[in-house]
Amino acid sequence: MSNLIATDITKRFGGLLAVNKLSFELAEGEILGLIGPNGAGKTTVFNCLSGFLTPEEGSMYLGGNAIKGLQPYQICQMGMARTFQIVKPFPTISVFDNVMVGALAHGTSLQEAKSMSQDIIESVGLRKMRDLEAQGLPLPLRKRLEMARALATRPRVLLLDEVMAGLNPTEVDEMIDLINQINQDGVSVLLIEHVMRGVMALSQRMIVINYGEKIAEGVPAEIVKNPLVIEAYLGKEFLSAQG
Amino acid sequence: MKRYHIFLSLILLILVVLPLFLDNYILGIFVMVFFWAYVGQSWNVLTGYTGHISLGHALYIGVGAYTSTYLAQVFGLSPWFGMFAGGVVAAGIALFLGFLGFRFGLRGVYFVILTIAFAEITRLIVSHVEALGSFSGIFLDFEPSFWNFQFSGNLPYYYISLALMVGSLVAVYIIEQSKLGRFIVAIREDEEAAQALGVNTFKYNMLAIAISAFMTSIAGVFYANYIFYLHPNSMFGMSLSIELILRPIVGGLGTLFGPLIGSFLLTPLSEISRAYFAKGGLEGLHLVLYGIVAILVVLFMPKGIIVYVRRFLDPLMKDKK
Repeated sequence: MSNLIATDITKRFGGLLAVNKLSFELAEGEILGLIGPNGAGKTTVFNCLSGFLTPEEGSMYLGGNAIKGLQPYQICQMGMARTFQIVKPFPTISVFDNVMVGALAHGTSLQEAKSMSQDIIESVGLRKMRDLEAQGLPLPLRKRLEMARALATRPRVLLLDEVMAGLNPTEVDEMIDLINQINQDGVSVLLIEHVMRGVMALSQRMIVINYGEKIAEGVPAEIVKNPLVIEAYLGKEFLSAQG
Repeated sequence: MKRYHIFLSLILLILVVLPLFLDNYILGIFVMVFFWAYVGQSWNVLTGYTGHISLGHALYIGVGAYTSTYLAQVFGLSPWFGMFAGGVVAAGIALFLGFLGFRFGLRGVYFVILTIAFAEITRLIVSHVEALGSFSGIFLDFEPSFWNFQFSGNLPYYYISLALMVGSLVAVYIIEQSKLGRFIVAIREDEEAAQALGVNTFKYNMLAIAISAFMTSIAGVFYANYIFYLHPNSMFGMSLSIELILRPIVGGLGTLFGPLIGSFLLTPLSEISRAYFAKGGLEGLHLVLYGIVAILVVLFMPKGIIVYVRRFLDPLMKDKK
């Protein structure tokens, strides 16, 4: 069964075709990697899915409900949460209060939200930073906070936008473990990632886009051998030099 | 926390018995301290907590003052009830303003301009409506009675304004602890992130501006029945809008006690220096002094005086474990 279905979504910015007739499905319990060179339109896809942009064409369904044209908060309340590539913590309130916002926005009582936030903070490894202002956290921990807040909304689908960018190898490994853990708890994940080690380790399937169009789809082992993908990343010359 | 509760109760107790020892003039200064703390707190609900800057809050003072006074003069309605009518009108206008601002994504300076425009438009309309006294304003007849919300001497005003200030403190405390409070702070910190977490930012922005306008308009009713004269320029004017934001900024924006601390510092300074300079024939110089204090605070204590007050008080108020 598919959790998230996007069909032929198209988004233009003036004359620029940012996303062109992109279709894909995210199955229940799946981790799907979305990769592509810089400027390929990955974040635009996320913005369309999460309601920050409305695609001109196409349709999107979350658990069978149409989500095109809905406000971001409505889509979140339907069970799809996202993180931002450029992290957006609430800077002057504590880590705990950051997570509380996500928990409270979903109809829980104050008491429930508090215990839930505490659990999530511990599960992402921010226990010691609980009472610090979010602006004091270094980047790797801010990325964790970003995930913790999204998890507090109890999503069925999680959109992760480059949560491993800027992390060192050890931190990438920790993040991989964390995402696997979240996935095993029953959350489907759509993952935008440039850190190949991370996306290869996590993704059950991958789709590759370039100039807003899907150029390949399949299991990671196939994707890395696909000539179109290699061309998109390394250029035609690389292929001809090889061949 | 326990010590803080005791400390605050003690201050409240002192303020309750204080009038026994004060003359009418000093009482009047305290009335203004409480009044400006209350107005500052009302403005703080919107600007301090949601981060949307309003430079037109005089609008709601004016609406409260004019509505209750009009209802009192024409229908004989007590300002005690008129304040709710004024509050509803003010909240209605605020919701319309909020709808335009929040629905169409006017942020930052554009929202500020919207708030100024609404206040100025209302000032001009009131200036041209005969029934509201047009340019010459409205004089209130002085008929002291509880029903009329008018009293001779400052003592009743002292307790009413004290009640307003304490009431606003309790209201904002409750808001801070509630979902609403947590959501509007999230909006202030990052509106997009709040949306992405499932917060209906439009709804909570609207709630905040309506509450803020309602509270501010009650101050207008008090003001009208304290100074007995309404003039469009003074009730809706830019100078009032600016006057009322200074105390929460100096005290600490978006904090529970900021407006109060700011008022306890600035109001006596303004009142006493006004009287002092006026005696020497230097009317208006107090505003210069006032401006200098505001600039110094903004330069050297951008988060407000409350940061320093807390640095001093927190260690003293720590509970023994």
